Amino acid sequence: MTRHLLAAAFLTVVMGLTGPGLAVQPDEMLSDPAQEARARALSAEIRCLVCQNQSIDDSDASLARDLRLLVREQITAGKTDQGIRDFLVERYGAFVLLKPPVNASTWLLWFGPLIVFILGVIGLTMFFRNRAQSGAPAATARLNADEQARIARLLDDMEHGSESHESGDHGKGDKP
Amino acid sequence: MIAELGHFALILSLCVAVAQSTLPLAGAARNHAGLMTLGSAAAIAQFFLVAISFAALTHAFVVSDFSLKVVASNSHSLKPMIYKISGVWGNHEGSMLLWVLILALFGGLIAGFGRNLPPPLRARVLAVQAMIAVGFLLFLLLTSNPFERLYPPPANGNDLNPLLQDPGLALHPPILYVGYVGFSIAFSFAVAALIEGRVDAAWARWVRPWTLLAWSFLTGGIALGSWWAYYELGWGGFWYWDPVENASFMPWLVGTALLHSAIVVERRDALKTWTILLAILTFSLSLIGTFLVRSGVLTSVHAFAVDPDRGVFILLLLIIAIGGSLALYAWRAPTLKGGGLFAPISREGALLLNNLLLTTAAATVFIGTLYPLLLEAVGGGKVSVGPPFFNATFIPLMVPLVAALAVGPLLAWKRGDIMGALSRLKVAGAVTAVALVLCAALAWGRPILGTIAMGFAVWLAAGVVTEIAERIRLGRIPLRQSLARAGGLPRSAWGMALAHIGIAGIIAGAAGATVWKEEIIHVMQPNETMEIGGYTLTYDGVQDSRGPNYLTRKGLFSVSKDGEPVTKMYAERRRYLVGGQQTTEAAIYSTLAGDLYAVVGDNDGQGGQTVNVYYKPLVPWMWIGSTLMVLGGFVSLSDRRLRIGAPSRKRRKPAAAQPVPAE
Repeated sequence: MTRHLLAAAFLTVVMGLTGPGLAVQPDEMLSDPAQEARARALSAEIRCLVCQNQSIDDSDASLARDLRLLVREQITAGKTDQGIRDFLVERYGAFVLLKPPVNASTWLLWFGPLIVFILGVIGLTMFFRNRAQSGAPAATARLNADEQARIARLLDDMEHGSESHESGDHGKGDKP
Repeated sequence: MIAELGHFALILSLCVAVAQSTLPLAGAARNHAGLMTLGSAAAIAQFFLVAISFAALTHAFVVSDFSLKVVASNSHSLKPMIYKISGVWGNHEGSMLLWVLILALFGGLIAGFGRNLPPPLRARVLAVQAMIAVGFLLFLLLTSNPFERLYPPPANGNDLNPLLQDPGLALHPPILYVGYVGFSIAFSFAVAALIEGRVDAAWARWVRPWTLLAWSFLTGGIALGSWWAYYELGWGGFWYWDPVENASFMPWLVGTALLHSAIVVERRDALKTWTILLAILTFSLSLIGTFLVRSGVLTSVHAFAVDPDRGVFILLLLIIAIGGSLALYAWRAPTLKGGGLFAPISREGALLLNNLLLTTAAATVFIGTLYPLLLEAVGGGKVSVGPPFFNATFIPLMVPLVAALAVGPLLAWKRGDIMGALSRLKVAGAVTAVALVLCAALAWGRPILGTIAMGFAVWLAAGVVTEIAERIRLGRIPLRQSLARAGGLPRSAWGMALAHIGIAGIIAGAAGATVWKEEIIHVMQPNETMEIGGYTLTYDGVQDSRGPNYLTRKGLFSVSKDGEPVTKMYAERRRYLVGGQQTTEAAIYSTLAGDLYAVVGDNDGQGGQTVNVYYKPLVPWMWIGSTLMVLGGFVSLSDRRLRIGAPSRKRRKPAAAQPVPAE
């Protein structure tokens, strides 16, 4: 549900105040298209601080408008994107960036997924290695059970013709 | 009176659920047939009781009984009937009642369809299902009673949030919940298998179709929500990486992994313990999602701390359910032995790669969603984790997944031949190369990312076509025979092909909508025109009118292409009478090539109107792709191999089940 219920609840609040709709207004936009494009791209990374998980580029809250104007002011003044980000962080804290900077407090955030991935790869490697080591004896010991399972499966397939067999071993199939 | 009946039925259903969660378990332990059968009867009784309760609440909404608190705060007598009904689940209490109703429905379905399950397994599954029900029924009755009365009743209600008064969103919650809660079956089967200490073919045959059913609904629910956001929120965005979205996306990711690993259990009798873990994790993420959305913890950690009743209750439920099942897993899983052997490069190996990438992706979303909450809770300051973070971490995981997706289905079980598979993809590779060149030429000067995404979409689609062509030996045997083979392919093969092609559609649509979109923001005077996406758009002025419970101002547009009129469309701004809230209704002209999308904003007081116009190439492919995925799920579900209770099933079951016991 619900994905939107909170978003909607929040929207109701914002909309009640300012009316719906459109975030970036024509009168805010810079005349130089390249600078305006930079402003849009940068705005998409800046959080509307009073909103729930919305960038200033998406939000129609008045604070978002103020920040959009601020970003454009700074671009016109010749600041770099990073300079503007630094300026905003100094003023509002790291909370203002939708893409948090990599530092001690976000280290786990940025590298957590990588750690999970590496753990997964290690797990898989161990899985295959264990099987390779215990493979030979286990295979002989369990050959009967496996064969039985296979027979059961073949019987299974016979019951509904060749279709199931197809789905299992198409192409080159199992090498006997 | 009817409301009290509903309340009473809910209390009774709790009593039934308590019995259902204990007695069949004892019956299974002592091999007592009577106690085991009791589970089925209880499951059906529980479903009917919750259904009565739900019907009572629906009745209160339909007749606008404002003496009920939820009705008074979420409905209004002027509201169209469809939104009176959807209002039942458009609030906290009602949506939790729907949650419990679907949980009970699945319990009832196991009881109804599960006659051919081994009785102890069925008894245990139903008992676990009832344990979840006990937790959530207690939650409803103790902290979120939907039947709370108001005295004196107000003359009229507060109305439902107008954003939710939309056909897409009326259907979104029930569909999403069937998916979300449907994973409870996989969970109950997993826990039951751990209690029993065995995973056999009957187990796998059962888990996969139910997972597939839940997955299909969850996919549909998420897609519907995304579509709603696209046309209703007026920004033309479709995915915001909002925590509430992520709450349903995490179970989808792990559920998709589960769906694929269950294939290995079913066909090869391998990966059993891993599949059980995935089943537990999938439903745990559904529970975590419920917690995130229902506890108020997302709005802020402080809101949670100030009014902690509901949050603490769900948190407790979470700890018991997830902690308990994982502890059981740690204790019992080592006793389950894996079966079939396979080499790393094989169909099983490819499915494992799918699992690795999907679970890592789920972990990424999980970390990103919960990190700000956890960091703040431990006093580490406030950070925002928004779309730029997720795009930077999630997409790199999807790239290898999609690239491998074309190859995996071409690998044989047990031991695959990667070079052979790649050589069979030569044509697909050539098609992709041509598509890349065409795209690059067509989109010259626009972001290269779009072209790369199209390359992946075409590669995937071509891979799927190759796989089907290989199966029916297209071009190697006479066409008639190929067609006959195509007719003979199992439905699960077609289901897989549809779902995988659907992903290609979603990639193309998402890339078009984000990377290649054009946007014009402009104050338009009547009869002024603008050019966008090859269309000429003329603004024809505004027109005021009124709907059932709102006033609306329509901005009218005429669209033409190369001088020929194409269509007329209007964008609305509605003001709802009761709450005074305003909403935007976008004007959308859709073709397969893309969407022309217009929204109107404020007027400038001199007859001019602020207008945002977007051209979003390929967007409809996203919705077509999502539909194909859902369709693929259902086609695969109709495969006779998975059709539960198919006549040939019963006769064979003992024979098939016997050699495979895991102990």
